[in-house]
Amino acid sequence: MSANERAVGEGVWTDRILGLVAWLVGFIYFFPILWLIINSTKDEVTANATPTLDYSPSLDRYREVTETSVGLLGAGEAFTNSAITSVVSTLIVLLLAIPAAYALAIYPVKKWRDALFFFISTKFLPLVASILPLWILARQFDLLNTRLVLIILYTAMNLPLAVWMLRSFFQEVPRELVEAAEIDGTSLIGVLRSVVIPIAAPGIAATGLLCLIFAWNEYFFAVQLNAADAQTVPIWVTTNISTRGNFIAKLSAASVLASIPVVIAGWVAQKRMIRGLAMGAIK
Amino acid sequence: MSETDLAAPAAAANDGALPSHATPWRRRLPLLPALIFTILLTQVPFVMSIYYSLTNWKVVPPTPREFIGFDNYVELTSSSPFLDAAWVSVKMTVLSVFFSVILGTLIAILLDRKFFGQGIVRTLIITPFLLMPVVAGLIWKNQMFHGLFGVVNWLLDWVGIDSVEFVSKHPLASIVTVLVWQWTPFMMLIMLAGLQSQPSDVLEAARVDGTTSFGIFRQLTLPHLRRYIELATLLGTIYLIQVFDQIFVMTGGGPGSTNLPFFVYRRSIGGGWQFGLASAYSIVVVIATLLVANFALRVLSNLLEDDV
Repeated sequence: MSANERAVGEGVWTDRILGLVAWLVGFIYFFPILWLIINSTKDEVTANATPTLDYSPSLDRYREVTETSVGLLGAGEAFTNSAITSVVSTLIVLLLAIPAAYALAIYPVKKWRDALFFFISTKFLPLVASILPLWILARQFDLLNTRLVLIILYTAMNLPLAVWMLRSFFQEVPRELVEAAEIDGTSLIGVLRSVVIPIAAPGIAATGLLCLIFAWNEYFFAVQLNAADAQTVPIWVTTNISTRGNFIAKLSAASVLASIPVVIAGWVAQKRMIRGLAMGAIK
Repeated sequence: MSETDLAAPAAAANDGALPSHATPWRRRLPLLPALIFTILLTQVPFVMSIYYSLTNWKVVPPTPREFIGFDNYVELTSSSPFLDAAWVSVKMTVLSVFFSVILGTLIAILLDRKFFGQGIVRTLIITPFLLMPVVAGLIWKNQMFHGLFGVVNWLLDWVGIDSVEFVSKHPLASIVTVLVWQWTPFMMLIMLAGLQSQPSDVLEAARVDGTTSFGIFRQLTLPHLRRYIELATLLGTIYLIQVFDQIFVMTGGGPGSTNLPFFVYRRSIGGGWQFGLASAYSIVVVIATLLVANFALRVLSNLLEDDV
């Protein structure tokens, strides 16, 4: 509507130039990643030299980084550990956050805002302030170097964000439907299963994907608590840094492999993720 | 079925009278598991830290844990490395939040118009946010900022400027660059949500009235975006105040780039093993963060004002 209006006259050129500027900005933001991909197809000698595009690309580095060498963390092992810790923690997050967000969205009693605030405020506690007690507790319970310790911590890490986002999606569920189901005597789980979850499914999926991304990318807890075993993908990426010899091409290949799952997840969920984040505060 | 239909109005009437009785549990129960889990995992470690901070516990050299009151706190007030780290934290957080919000807003305005390949450009721009912080830090350190093989230095060379060892010469600026690169997309998406929620009839009316594009932006769009800018600042601060990974892989906390989280890490399980003293540091960090958070949450409270 407005595009037509402005298309008459000087508008066309402004639009074209601004479109070009947008493409340029997109290129600049994506360039480091593009360069990472280019370097991952070079050999070490070409990658560790003045930037050039004059080379013959190969996928050999990908083969090298995925081959297990004795004593080092294998790619398969790291990806398995990461997949299990991030998927299981995300499922637990949803299991805990869905009922909580439901309570906060459907019965918005004034003082319940305090509960919401409590969840958000825990995100302000610096991780490092708790890493020492957590490390001591984990050692006490024999949880160091296990997947379980990461699952527990990633659940705690993502829970506030999930409650926050899900609450906003649940607020869009028509109250009449929930009330009708409750009057019919449907149990809490029944209401969630038959009314809330089907309607808010896209929002739940987006929330889950965001939790998955944060858990997959997490490095600090992983490297501090699981320095010896049950190591995850971010740690595997850094094991490709070597103090002897060149490593940039191999490191690039490992970085690309490590990023693919979450980048695709993020591309798929981009619109909904942010709607959830933004609507959580602004209705 | 018809029975329930008949009973419905009665039940509805009851509902209004009952909330003090049957419903409260139905209301509270769903919240409890998440609440208890969060309390256990965030408050228990905090209380443990408070206790440790009052002891002289050291692992290296092994020292018996003794209660020493507030000695650790007295010691840290005179610690200049601690104050340096606090200052680095402030600079790092403020600069990266500021630049990513400004750039994110500008890019959102640029993308909030129809042009060829809009979706592709948005997808390209959000990708840095999805990368592992470790990967992002390493790309910039080894491939963009590298003194010999970095693309940035290659460009500088091309325009005739001598290459710079960015990461070692300007550690803070290098890390802030990576943070801004990763967080601009996040801010941009929030601002896009804001721009797209503008009531189109109001904009149309202003246009019919002959208001210029700039006038519309200043008088309608900007006030509307204010809450979204606040939200973006709040969420950005929550995450950026805790930055660790990028520092860890880029400078390893060298001079000028040790923020508070990294500082506390160094004093405790990152090699210092002075658990008592490190706990005191972390308690101070928490208190300082809560002061910032309190301010931020007040902003958030305003956002939620007409929500309930």
